[in-house]
Order: sequence, then C-alpha cells, then structure tokens
Amino acid sequence: MATPTLPAALADATRDESSLRRFLHGLPGVDQVGVEQRAAGLATRSIKKAAKLWAIDTAISMVDLTTLEGADTHGKVRALAAKARRPDPDRPDTPPVAAVCVYPDLAATAVDALGGSGIGVASVATAFPSGRSSRAVKLADVELAVTSGATEVDMVIDRGAFLEGRYGQVFEEIREIKAACGDAHLKVILETGELATYDNVRRAAWLALLAGGDFVKTSTGKVSPAATLPVTHVLLQAVRDWYTATGELRGVKPAGGIRTTKDAVRYLVAVHEVAGPEWLTPALFRFGASSLLNDLLLQRRTQLDGHYSGPDYVTQD
Amino acid sequence: MTMWEYAPAPESRDIANLKAAYRPFVNGEFVDGGGEPLKTLNPATEEVLAEVGTANASDVDAAVKAARRAYERTWSALPGSERAKYLFRIARLIQERARELAVLETLDNGKPVKESRDADIPTAAAHFFYHAGWADKLSYAGLGPDPRPLGVAGQVIPWNFPLLMLAWKIAPALATGNTVVLKPAETTPLTALVFAEICQQADLPPGVVNILPGAGDVGAELVRHPGVDKVAFTGSTEVGKQIQRAVAGTPKRLTLELGGKAANVVFDDAPLDQAVDGIVNGIFFNQGHVCCAGSRLLAQESVVDELLAKLRYRVSTLRLGDPLDKNTDIGAINSAEQLGKIRELVESGDNEGAHRWTSPCPVPERGFFFAPTVFSGVQQSMRIAREEIFGPVLSVLTFRTPEEAVAKANNTPYGLSAGVWTEKGSRILWMANRLRAGVVWANTFNRFDPAAPFGGYRESGFGREGGRTGLEAYLDA
Amino acid sequence: MPDRMPVAKTYKLYVGGAFPRSESGRSYPVSDAKGNFLANAAHASRKDVRDAVVAARKAFPGWSGTTAYNRGQVLYRVAEVLEGRHEQFAAEVAAAEGVSARKAQSLVDAAVDRWVWYAGWTDKIATVLGAANPVAGPYFSFTVPEPSGVAAVLAPQRSSLLGLVSVLAPVLAAGCTAVVVSSTDRPLPAITLSEVLATSDVPAGVVNVLTGRAAELGPWLASHGDVDALDPAGADARERPELARQAADTVKRVLRVPEDEPDWTRPPDIGRLRHYLEAKTVWHPMGA
Repeated sequence: MATPTLPAALADATRDESSLRRFLHGLPGVDQVGVEQRAAGLATRSIKKAAKLWAIDTAISMVDLTTLEGADTHGKVRALAAKARRPDPDRPDTPPVAAVCVYPDLAATAVDALGGSGIGVASVATAFPSGRSSRAVKLADVELAVTSGATEVDMVIDRGAFLEGRYGQVFEEIREIKAACGDAHLKVILETGELATYDNVRRAAWLALLAGGDFVKTSTGKVSPAATLPVTHVLLQAVRDWYTATGELRGVKPAGGIRTTKDAVRYLVAVHEVAGPEWLTPALFRFGASSLLNDLLLQRRTQLDGHYSGPDYVTQD
Repeated sequence: MTMWEYAPAPESRDIANLKAAYRPFVNGEFVDGGGEPLKTLNPATEEVLAEVGTANASDVDAAVKAARRAYERTWSALPGSERAKYLFRIARLIQERARELAVLETLDNGKPVKESRDADIPTAAAHFFYHAGWADKLSYAGLGPDPRPLGVAGQVIPWNFPLLMLAWKIAPALATGNTVVLKPAETTPLTALVFAEICQQADLPPGVVNILPGAGDVGAELVRHPGVDKVAFTGSTEVGKQIQRAVAGTPKRLTLELGGKAANVVFDDAPLDQAVDGIVNGIFFNQGHVCCAGSRLLAQESVVDELLAKLRYRVSTLRLGDPLDKNTDIGAINSAEQLGKIRELVESGDNEGAHRWTSPCPVPERGFFFAPTVFSGVQQSMRIAREEIFGPVLSVLTFRTPEEAVAKANNTPYGLSAGVWTEKGSRILWMANRLRAGVVWANTFNRFDPAAPFGGYRESGFGREGGRTGLEAYLDA
Repeated sequence: MPDRMPVAKTYKLYVGGAFPRSESGRSYPVSDAKGNFLANAAHASRKDVRDAVVAARKAFPGWSGTTAYNRGQVLYRVAEVLEGRHEQFAAEVAAAEGVSARKAQSLVDAAVDRWVWYAGWTDKIATVLGAANPVAGPYFSFTVPEPSGVAAVLAPQRSSLLGLVSVLAPVLAAGCTAVVVSSTDRPLPAITLSEVLATSDVPAGVVNVLTGRAAELGPWLASHGDVDALDPAGADARERPELARQAADTVKRVLRVPEDEPDWTRPPDIGRLRHYLEAKTVWHPMGA
C-alpha cells in the first residue's frame, strides 16, 4: 500500500498496518492545556479597519455554503446557489463563495444552478454523517456525487475503525475514495468531536494526509462539539508539518458552529500564524457553514457604511 | 496572494489618565519629596511621561514613622476580618481600574498592553483577593495558634512587573497585619502611585501603605532604617547581596527574590508544538525581563533540529513594536541601560562562537527595542549560558540523557525556576525531584498564581511569595 | 388608609435559578414574631424536593469545576449584594425573629461577614487540608480535598438569616451544590436571600431553596439516592436519629450537630467545610 510519491520516511509509514500504527503513535503528543491556551491567546488578536474588511471578503470567498438536511429540496439548493453567486445583491463587489455543499442526490441540481459561475459543488458522501455502511455503498455514494458533476467530495472517515485502532482500514478506505473521486478534490472529515482527544485528531489528520486527502475537515456539523479553535490549530499544525516534510500544500476546513464574523476572523488569524500566510486562500482553507455568510455580509456592510446594519438587509435563503 | 497586514489596534493613551506630575505618598497624603525629581520615560518612544517627586532620607524617616504609628495605633489592632475587607476592597478597586492601570503600566514599562491587560493587572488584583482571605485565617496557616505580625516592612521592587511586584509585596504584608513603606523602581513608579490613590479610595488608614519613589539610594536608606522590622527585596542578585550584608547583624527579617538563569529542558517525547509555545513564553514573555525566564533551552540531541526549526518559525511570527498595540507580542526594553546590557551580552555570544539567529521582524527606529534572538550551539562555558541577560535572548544547549540534563540545569549559582517537557509523568517527577529550583514547571512555563509559592534556591534568594508558605515571610512564628 | 397601597411580594421557591410556586400548589401563612400575618409562603412537596435535587446535580459539575479563585469571587459578590440590601434584610429578620432593629442590623452584618469569611476559604482549603505524603518509596503521593456532591441542608429553625448563611456558605465554598429547606416558621429571609443569590453570579441550580416543613421534606432528602451529604441542623432533635438511619442506606455524610441550635454569632471553625469534602490521594512513580 506504499505511495511512491511520498518521501521515504512517510512512504515507509504506510507500508503495512503495524508501520502505520508505529508512525501515528510516534507523532509528538498534543498537550491539551497548552494548545487550548495558545488558541485562546491568538483569539485575542484585534483585527480592525482595512485588515478586517480584507478578512471578511476572504472569509466570504472561503465559505462552503452548506445545506445538509433531510428536508432539502431542489428549490432549497437553487436558492442557495443563487446566494452563492451573489451573496449580497445590493453590493455586486461582494465576492462569491467557494462552493455549495449538498447531499449527493442534490449535487446535479447544484451543478446545474451554478453552471459557469466557477463556484465549486461539494457533495458529502460515504454514508454521511455516520459513515456506517459497506465500502461498496460508500463508493457508490461517491460515484453518484462525481457523476453528478461535484467538483469536491467531503467524505467521513470510519471513526469506529479508527477508535478500534484499525488504522489500515481507515487508510485504505480513504485511498479508495480518493481514487474514485477522479479530478474532484477530496476533503476528509475526521469528526473530531467523536475522536475526543487532540492526540487522536493529530493521528487522524496524518492518516488522511498520508492517504491522499486534499483537505482535512473537522466535522460533519451533526456532532457536538463540531469545529473548535484548538482542534483547528492541531489540523493547521498538521498541514504545516506535512508541507515541511513533503513540500505539498494541503488544506483545512473547520465546519459546524462557526456563526459569527468574530469567530471567522479568529480562524483566519490562526491560519495566518499557525499554518502561515500561504494558506489564506480558498484553495487551502474553507469554512463549512450556513448562517456564517449572512453575518459576514452584515459586518461587511458595517465596515463599508460606518454604521450597524440589520438582518432585514441581507437575504434569508 | 495579498499579504494580510493587521491594521494598528492601539489602546488610547488617554485611558491611562496620565498626569504631568506624581508625588510620594506618606501617611495617607501625597507629599513633596525632598529628593531630586525624576523624569519617567516611555521606553517605546523615549518621551518623558511625567515628572515624579522622589524621597530623601528625611522622607524615608517620615514614612517609616508613619508606618510605625499606623501599625501600633490602627492596623495591628484591627481584627483580621476587618483587615480582610480592606484588602478585598483594594482588589475590587484594582479590577475596576484595570484598563487604566494596564495602559499606564504599558506606557511606563514598555510591556505589550496584551500582557499588562491579561497578566499583570488581573494577577495583581488576584493577589489582594487571595491574601484578603488569609487575614482572618492566620491560625490555619500552620504557624501556631496566633502568629503575630512583624511591624513595619520596608519593600523594594523592580521595574519588570511594577504593579504585580507591588501586589506580591503589599498584599501579604497587610494581610498579616504589618504596615509598609515601598519603593518602586526608578524607571517605573507610576502605577505604584496610582495604587496609592486606590488606598485612599479604599479608606485605608493613613500610614498603612507609604510609597516612596526614587533611585537605589532611597532603597538603601529604607533598608538601613532602624525603624524597619522586615525587609523584602526583589531585584538583582548583586543588590540582594548588598542588602543582605546591610541587614546582617540587625534584628530585621529578610526575604530576597533575585536573579535566575532557568533551564527549560525538552525531552524527545515532549508535546513539541506546545513545548515551542512554552519556550517562546518562557523567554519572550515581557521581553525576557523575567527573573524566572527560561533563558537556557536544554534540548535532547535527538530532537534539537526539529525543535529549532519549529521554534524559529514560531518566533518569526511574533509581532514586535508599539506596546500599546493590542496585537504586539514583544514590546520595548525598559531602559537604554538595559538595552546596552543585552547588546553587550549578545556580542559576547557572537565572540564566543555561538550561532545567532534573529527574528526578521521589523524593529522601530525610535525607542528601546531588541528583536527576539536565539543562540544555538551554546556551551556551558559561554557567558550567555551563565549570566542573566534579562532580555529576549535564548541560549540553546543540548543533552543526551536525563542525568546530563539535570547536571547542566543545576550547573549555575542561581536556582529560581526550571521547566521540563516530556509526556512521561514519572520523568517529570524524577526531574522535579533533582532540579535545584524553587519552581519547576512541567509542560508549561511562567505560570503564576497567588495560591502557589514562588521563590528561589541559592543565589536566587530566599523566602517565598504566595500561598500558605508566603505568609511566613511576614509573621513572627 | 395609607396614601399609597404598597405592592406585596409573592414568596416562591427557588429551584434551578427560577422562582416557581410549589408544584403541589400548596402554601402556608407566615406570621411575624407577634403573630401578625406577613405573607403566604410556598409549601414545598416531595416533588419539589425531586426537582431541586435534579437542579443541584445538574449544576454540580460546573460549580465544582470552576476555579477556586472564581468561586471565591462569586461568594464575595454575594456578600456585596447582600450588603446592598442590608435594610431589607434587617427588617425581615426583625419581623421574623422578633429582635430589636439594632440586633437585626448586627445579625445582617454578621451574615455579610460570614459570606466574606467563606469567600476567602475557597482557594485555601486545599493548602490547609491537602498534603504531600512522604511515602516510603519512589513515588510522589499527594492528597487533595474534593467536593462531595449534592448537599441537603435543613436550615436552622430560629436563626432565619445568619443561621441559614452559616450552614449554606460552607457548602458552596467547598464546591458542593445545595438543596436547602428553610426555617418553617421564618422562611421569608431565605427567599429574599435567594433573590440575592440569583443576582450575584451564583449559577442556576447551585442553591435551591424550599420553604415548607423540614419534618415533611427531611426524610425525602435523607433517603434520596442522588444526595451525597446531609446537614440535619433544622430537624427536630428527636427526628435526627431516624434521618441518620435513612441516610445510611446511601452512605450519606451526615453532619453531627449540637442538640440545641447554637449561637450563630460566634466565629465558625472549618468543621462544616470539611464535612462537604472528600480526600483524594494520588500516587505517581518517579523515574527517568
């Protein structure tokens, strides 16, 4: 199961189940108190004026505008697509979002509605959100997404297998999904709320990176806690370490629970200072969110108008 | 890709309510001191902030006498529960005026407002809050059923944490029933004089707290005054030795909190990213103006390269500049004199063959600034491994085994603090057992809490501040 | 006829941070020391006990998990807010206990100071009651006090405020949460104290106050499987042995209290604090 493009040490790590285990358990630990203090410390950065406006526009361009409900309809997805193209109809200079994120059976609708916009269509897959099904079903899920035209696939890892220590199985599954994605970008959802410890989050992140995931993503949004700043620090550190080891830039996507501009700016500060400024692009950092976008739009108006706006001035979609 | 530049986010200096002139505080009143007034500078701009009246020998005498009267007539006669309420009130007043004090501290000292806001001022309030609770519980301190105060305490504090060091000194002294005469540092007298105002607002009886600004001569006068029963000093080891000599042969009680050259020991199984944060916090907190700073990094040879690579990247993200900017991580060096000392020692590091790496951060042209610096390839014999630099300069040494780490860490006349980084609990305790230091931090660094005693071994001084142990310094038991 | 008709307060229970009536719908008249009607107090039932214990248990992880420093700040805040309502309490205590206005003032003073005294204890308990154990071997061993959990407190019957504060504050200082049954005949200061607690940063559910009859509610608390400690101070001395027997089924910590209600103005010791604490001993090897 070795990957020929990896540096020798990393290729070695993926040789077999026990190599993988040795490698993952040989990663430096993450001290909970320390990482939480660092995250809280960086969260006190005060971002104002032009820096804030830049952050708001950048954050808008990083949003994966998401609807993942049992009650989703074609109409709902079309509405979201319209919002994605023109988040603030009164302000045509507002950047479009990065992608629209939907269930696979609605991917075709999203593709159709977003045609020619350059906005990505992300589809969740692999028996999202639990991931509890057969490999065949998961692959079929991915195939549906990809044949529908999704440009990005957000898979979930098998947390049960991970917590049982069957890292090889998790690794193989990600590899197969990656192969099934073809040209579509693969985001690997770790569901950090179920992994429980930062040590596990770091191991799962490395596992996903070794297996070829283009992004590591915190959460499905269906489990609490979803994205947190310290968990995102661990992921940002992992992609930075991956870059140091391989020269490759991989992305990070926190998802779930990020609702305010203030939160989003804190995440961007973490991206800037933990991973590095190279990661401040939608190609390498995304927000999985739905209500965040409207708050970004409100704050954008506040910055430009010089007074506070209200929720009736942005569209509810 | 556009670079993201954080816009300046400065605190307004108006918040500090800076006055043109400040005066000594004796017997509950601000008085004209007999000494030559001093001008206190903003080290970030080299501008004069205010003129401060200083004390002469007769002011010292008046302050000690006022403290004696207050001790005999009011303070020592008050029930502990009433003393407690004064201290609680002072704690609350500090909390209420926290922002003003933070900005003033930053102006006078040069430390980032982030630190004065999040560390210095809240911890100062916490010290008063904590010691307030002791005032009526001294019989539970394990020092006998009815431990008695000593009398008048003469206290001399340094410029690195002006208000916090004041709190470390005054809170336990008052809680235990003593009265005080305190001399703040020559370069950072302002928050101490606002504290005097707080004493007035708290209706503290006159003479219980007296504040005498001035230079070393005022401190020397205070320490030698026969009316002083207890001397407490925080500062350099050199001055500490002079004070110990001056007090020798007198009935005065003495506690000293002096210099340090702490080892921060990183094993190869450490949580590396948090160790990097801890190393940064250990040496760059408060520009390295910290007696317990982790100024010697002892890294296990098997991990030193990876650690240094991560450390350099992390240090390069530190923001140096205007201390009033809320995003500044590294502020100004407190004085031209201190900057000169740092430069001289850094030169010695170059001359002795250590490898210097300096953060590429921009350095302002005005003001006293020094970019974060990391020396690798440092040997035990070099001055930068032995002498306290008291600046943002880290010396990196290596070791192979735990025994060697202990031997190198302890190979100094100092013994204030030490750090240990490893995920192996038993090794933490084994190291803690062998390290000759008054405080050992494991997988963290530079943690302070009024409930935790702080102080040094050997030439780092004696006596402890904080916790139950810290009460001993002010009680006859 | 007065020029203006005063608005009278409805006295209710204090459970989970809210002020509900008794689920039973019952109330009972409360009179002053001279027998004049003051108000109707809620007459709590066993189901109110049940709800109060649920609220106290829910609040326990948060309250016991907060730092000792923060708990001290919260208790000191209670003293501040209580001091601010000094006159109201003095009037209620004078009415309830039939003491002079001056005596009532000094009882309220003492109650404020008692909160201050316990506020100072939160971050000192561990240093006074904990220990580093010099065990004979390569181990580091230490013992720390930890709060027991939910405490049921039958408040004193006579001292309506100072007695109540003297039995409640140590529960909170120790980090436990409380279900308090107030004095039966003098319950009004307890409900007014609840208003103080509700507005002074004490999290909802940390203190729950039931007005009613200790004789009726005591057994439900003593036998309750989710209550960890019991202070039977307010129970009739003849009923205490039976409460203690009921408490034995779940091995509750039952405070030993003097037969007659003590003089609460005397300075306390740390007996009540200790009662609500467990000692936990930790061993860890030392080796390179």
